[in-house]
Amino acid sequence: MFGYIVHRLLIMIPTLIVISIVIFTIIQLPPGDYFSTYVAELQSQGEAVDLQKIAFLKAQYGFDKPVWQQYLYWVVGLLHGDMGYSFEYNLPVRDIVGDKLLLTFVVSFATVVFTYLVAFPIGIYSATHQYSWSDHTLTFLGFLGLATPNFLLALVLLYIANVYFGISIGGLMDPRYLDEPWSWGKVVSVLQHLWIPVVVIGLAGTAGMIRRLRANLLDELHKQYVVTARAKGLPPFRALMKYPLRMALNPFISDIGSLLPHIISGAAVVSVVMSLPTTGPMLLDALRSQDMYLAGSFLMFLAFLSVIGVFLSDLALAALDPRIRLRGGVTR
Amino acid sequence: MNDALPHYVSPEPFDPGAIEAMTPAQERFYMASQWRMMWWKLKRHRLAVISGAVLLAMYVSILFSEFLAPYALRTRHVDFIFAPPQAIHFFHDGHLVGPFVHGYDYRLDMHNLQRVYSENTDVVQPLRFFCHGERYFFWGLWESDLHFVCPAKNGQFFLLGTDRLGRDMLSRILYGARISLTVGLIGVAISFTLGLFFGGIAGYYGGWVDMFIQRMIEVIQSFPHLPLWMALSAILPVTWSPLLVYFGITLILGMIEWTHLGRAVRSKLLALREEDFATAAMLMGASPRRIIARHLLPSFMSHLIATATLSVPSMILGETALSFLGLGLRPPITSWGVLLSEAQNINVVALYPWLMLPVLPVIIMVLAFNFLGDGLRDAADPYH
Repeated sequence: MFGYIVHRLLIMIPTLIVISIVIFTIIQLPPGDYFSTYVAELQSQGEAVDLQKIAFLKAQYGFDKPVWQQYLYWVVGLLHGDMGYSFEYNLPVRDIVGDKLLLTFVVSFATVVFTYLVAFPIGIYSATHQYSWSDHTLTFLGFLGLATPNFLLALVLLYIANVYFGISIGGLMDPRYLDEPWSWGKVVSVLQHLWIPVVVIGLAGTAGMIRRLRANLLDELHKQYVVTARAKGLPPFRALMKYPLRMALNPFISDIGSLLPHIISGAAVVSVVMSLPTTGPMLLDALRSQDMYLAGSFLMFLAFLSVIGVFLSDLALAALDPRIRLRGGVTR
Repeated sequence: MNDALPHYVSPEPFDPGAIEAMTPAQERFYMASQWRMMWWKLKRHRLAVISGAVLLAMYVSILFSEFLAPYALRTRHVDFIFAPPQAIHFFHDGHLVGPFVHGYDYRLDMHNLQRVYSENTDVVQPLRFFCHGERYFFWGLWESDLHFVCPAKNGQFFLLGTDRLGRDMLSRILYGARISLTVGLIGVAISFTLGLFFGGIAGYYGGWVDMFIQRMIEVIQSFPHLPLWMALSAILPVTWSPLLVYFGITLILGMIEWTHLGRAVRSKLLALREEDFATAAMLMGASPRRIIARHLLPSFMSHLIATATLSVPSMILGETALSFLGLGLRPPITSWGVLLSEAQNINVVALYPWLMLPVLPVIIMVLAFNFLGDGLRDAADPYH
């Protein structure tokens, strides 16, 4: 097991290096940089531009250096926990991202929990009641969840929540709690607002997971040991829980890896629509205004989160499944 | 037990090959090509066949958008801004009139500053079919004014309502299909090429090439797609013409989606290259290119087509999401995502819900591609 962990950790390093190169290339690609855009904007508004100050800033952030040096500065900074400086906000990236990350975590975590809570019973139910009406209905609903663009669903749910439950539109809490310290009322308000993004973001992942759990469980249920168990008179519920379900659970663990990128993607769009104080809208703005350190460091953070997620799910999988642990590789 | 069968000897001449010979029906079944057997199997999957027909109809419709749409893409009806959808009626005062719509009564609610439309049940505006209406250039080539359906003379026909500039939503959805439906296809073509290439060399050569490509796929898959799409499409220069942006977006969608296909190609190749026919070809001195393209690819082409079909929906949804955020296609070009970006705020849901209608074709298309892909995947292995 120890060898496996070391092996997985070592693989993560080149992966992260490649990701950081890709991200840096992407944020460098647009012609010009933040300062040239900024200067052009000021000049078009007829305002005076302090070119000296701009030149000083450019030098300070290494804009006059070759690209590979800029990349090294950025990566070394990241390793020291310095995510760079946002030109747009005139603040270190860490200060801007900080409290938004907490909310992103809350939303992502709640979404994963929601996905499991919904997918688990429904998947088992449709596998044990294969081709029944309820199975068909649930499968169709699952497909519908996959097919509906989630930003639109977010709008409709917001409207319903406002009209029928009187919950304020947008944001993660009622406006009157915005600058207040945490209190019981504030927590309740957050919970009231949280369910919409969680449902919307979780829906696509839930649908996929239901389908996989159903397929896996069906494969197991047709195996001979299940038939034997039932022939020997084991109650159906025990015959389901004892082994087939455990076998079918693997995707639940391994899916965290593919679930996280989905959730972060979904959260990015939905939070723009719902003006959530998470990081999606910030990323959009940063990309538009070429605020490269903010965009780059944040993208890097998302990638890091996903890679860690995959790592953790692989570890959990290895702990559960001796075949993976002993062979030293992941079977999927 | 007494009534035993009577003694019987066939007078026909004995044909020793009778057991081996097949009836024409059997022969048809056993000699059928792989593709024919796939078709038979697909036909049994009723949902997939229906989905295929729906998709075919949608793709044929984009050839005749100008003819099918009652109005042109950019015609504005300034007197009918945010007009609600009109219902089609058949009976008026108990008489059969054929399909017709009622005219609008319009009033400006000065209290709420809101346009209020209501149906004027006295006004009957019969629809005309195969009629001469607004002039258009068919595919930009020749001029015509023939439409499938037009409003009555001096009447209106807004089956799905109008938008904030008074443009007919039905016509815009029909024209938008051109962009939205082809984005997926071109994107899949790109990812198909990339997936075949990378999956092919990874699966055939194995070793460190395989290792490298596997890592690359893992990196791309571990990254949240949408932020990556957002970052890439933010690169596209603002000065590009809408057409270039369109190709840029399809390229971006294809560049990230190829990984699933690449994986499928690789795992199939790894299994197939151990087969006897591959070894035989290698011993006869065939080049790797020839072995991959001539011997290995055809044997799992059907799987690839199924996988490709299943990856179209995510591209279409990706385009929709990008356009909705304002990072994808931009307004002179009309796609379903661009249309939906008009429905961006909560007022629309409350006051003009018909602006959200472009979501229906999106859902239908994504569902149809999913069902068809599932059917194809089941049919891809007809020997089971």
